Amino acid sequence: MAPEELELVVSVPPHIREREEVFQIMFWVILGLLPATLGGIYFFHFYAIKVIVLSILAAVATEALFQKARRLPVTINDGSAIVTGLLLALCLPPKVPWWIPVVGGFIAIFLGKQIFGGLGYNIFNPALVARAVLLLSWAEHMTKDWYTALKVDAIARASPLFLAKQVKMGLFQLDLTRFYKICLFGNPSGCIGEVSVLLLLIGGGILLWREIIDWRIPAGFIGSVAVLCPLLGMDPIFHVLAGGLILGAFFMATDYVTSPITPNGRLLFGIGCGVITILLRSYSILLEGVTYAILFMNACTPLIDKYIQPRRFGVSKGK
Amino acid sequence: MRPRTFERGIYLLGRKEATQNKPIEDIPLPPEVVIPLHQHVGAPCDPLVQKGNRVLVGQKIGDTDTFISAPIHASVSGEVKAIEPHPYFMGTEVLSVVVVPDGEQEEVRLEVPDQDKLTPDRVRSIVREAGIVGLSGTVFPTHVKLLPPKERPIDSVIINGCECEPYLTGDYRSMLESTESLIVGLKIILMTVGAKKGYFGIGVDKAEAIKRIEDLTAREQNIEVVPLDTKYPQGSERHLIKAILGREVPRDGVPMDIGVLVQNVATTIAITQAVREGKPLMERVLTVTGPGIKNPKNLRVKIGTVARYLIERCGGFEGEPGKIIFGGVMRGEAQFSLDVPVVKGSQGIVVLPKEMAEISSPRPCIRCGRCVKVCPMSLIPAFIVTYVMEDKIDEANAAGVLECIECGACGLICPAEIPFIQYIRFAKNILLKERKT
Repeated sequence: MAPEELELVVSVPPHIREREEVFQIMFWVILGLLPATLGGIYFFHFYAIKVIVLSILAAVATEALFQKARRLPVTINDGSAIVTGLLLALCLPPKVPWWIPVVGGFIAIFLGKQIFGGLGYNIFNPALVARAVLLLSWAEHMTKDWYTALKVDAIARASPLFLAKQVKMGLFQLDLTRFYKICLFGNPSGCIGEVSVLLLLIGGGILLWREIIDWRIPAGFIGSVAVLCPLLGMDPIFHVLAGGLILGAFFMATDYVTSPITPNGRLLFGIGCGVITILLRSYSILLEGVTYAILFMNACTPLIDKYIQPRRFGVSKGK
Repeated sequence: MRPRTFERGIYLLGRKEATQNKPIEDIPLPPEVVIPLHQHVGAPCDPLVQKGNRVLVGQKIGDTDTFISAPIHASVSGEVKAIEPHPYFMGTEVLSVVVVPDGEQEEVRLEVPDQDKLTPDRVRSIVREAGIVGLSGTVFPTHVKLLPPKERPIDSVIINGCECEPYLTGDYRSMLESTESLIVGLKIILMTVGAKKGYFGIGVDKAEAIKRIEDLTAREQNIEVVPLDTKYPQGSERHLIKAILGREVPRDGVPMDIGVLVQNVATTIAITQAVREGKPLMERVLTVTGPGIKNPKNLRVKIGTVARYLIERCGGFEGEPGKIIFGGVMRGEAQFSLDVPVVKGSQGIVVLPKEMAEISSPRPCIRCGRCVKVCPMSLIPAFIVTYVMEDKIDEANAAGVLECIECGACGLICPAEIPFIQYIRFAKNILLKERKT
């Protein structure tokens, strides 16, 4: 071939790539959620499958429809809508009416994501936006529907956080340490993704190992809860294990788009999530603080990004 | 002991297997050489010859009175065919002297004194007359670097043996094959700038080179070999100094400000050859390599040899070429012509096959933070690029765009395929133009 016929690409360096594609990152997140998802299905059978499938379908369909309507390229194959749908499903009770995950998936993608301009532009974690809206709109379904799924005894029927609140109010005495094992291995009285902290930790461990998520967020989140609880006279181990804290710390707060971009910013973000969670659990009428804590910190992300930046090379401290 | 290094950066695949064990080869004279009269940072040279003149190997063919500049020498003996603008690897055209070799290779050399009569001033004038510039792509005139102002004395000299660019092995081979010249060169530099201590900073992936230099400098009290982590961009001057001495060059400063002088391996060897043998800089070692080259090699090449000839000497293309890069794959420049000549700063020619020469399709940033994690200057590349996209050049400036060393680590790992360097160069150009006016 004559050299004159060469079709050479001329572009800026670097000329090689060693990157992970967005869909590969999403694949790992889904894999990280898989143990907890399977755990949820094991406990709640068909109810869990129904919620998960409906939620994912609603999220993906909303994304596709919205992008079609705006004549944008349809990007459902990047996997991010699947992750949003799955995350939402995992923080829903198993026996909600079928339209709850459908409405939720729609809200997550429409209000949580596409209205801001799609992946990369949203301010709040889409799955949590949906959960917050569902909690406020259909509190009955969101807090009560789970236990009729199974025949369980009265204590296990009430969520551990609900009981903890009543203990704190002095309504009755109960040793919270009896929940350690239940929360770790199999707690039937919660959302689909919260049945086992152990399964969540396995998935979170995968994401840490693959360096998909930054350890600073879960470390700050869980660490600050563990430190703050004793100061407020609360049981730290119980509050780390109960509710959606582990799910939130590893899978919700670590969402790239809605958390800070710098390492120290991420640590601060995690600590903020933990502190607000405990303040809400302790002083508000809410049982669970994780959702609102993360949403609040999402709103603080631009501020953190602005003020928490690494010291630049060759710039002395104080300058 | 754990090898020393700097903060952040990225571990890259070395991709050096194809050439690291191949000795440097000499090649037959090319049919013609094209020698640009501006191969360095500083003023361009004026031609000293005319069309039709016969030139000798090592004859000065271009020079200028400006201090920050370096003369240009003929690399072959033969007739000057033309003095005309010619494609240059930076994508521009540069006035170049085209010489057709006569095959005699008749040579002239610089006058050099006995080695015991060497003085710092004499070394500087030889280095200048030999046209030596930084051979690592920075191409800053070396005699300028060898003349630190009195108020900023140099205490340490570091020889940069990192060669952290994937694929390239020219410096590694030179460290093995010209070890003595390299050590002599360091001693000449130490004497010239009056520094007390000399260091070799070498990546641990070059264990053989570390061992060879350690063996030959075992008795030298003032020379130390420092093994460095094989991390990118360890070969960046600032990060080399940080790893070896723990000092940080101020962001708007130069190594001289903190008493350090860094020279690259090839430059140091060139200094020895000039000072000892009176040999001007008219050839260099480079690696012709990449998956798009049939038979990758380390070659000793006459300055002015065009890429086309060198690729032929290496068996031609393997498959269909997609990208031809002067320099390395992380920092080099992609070419649109095979008629671009090798210049003093050319460390390698890397050919990537069509399937590796992808055109990026950028998507919105997902704020994954990978660019922040790798940026050796501790910048936030994602923010800088966003500012530039929104035409907020002042904010990009405040975010440190001028501090970017263009190592390319951010672009390498970005899941959104953002062409960082493109935006960063765009902003830098605007800011530097503003600064001038």
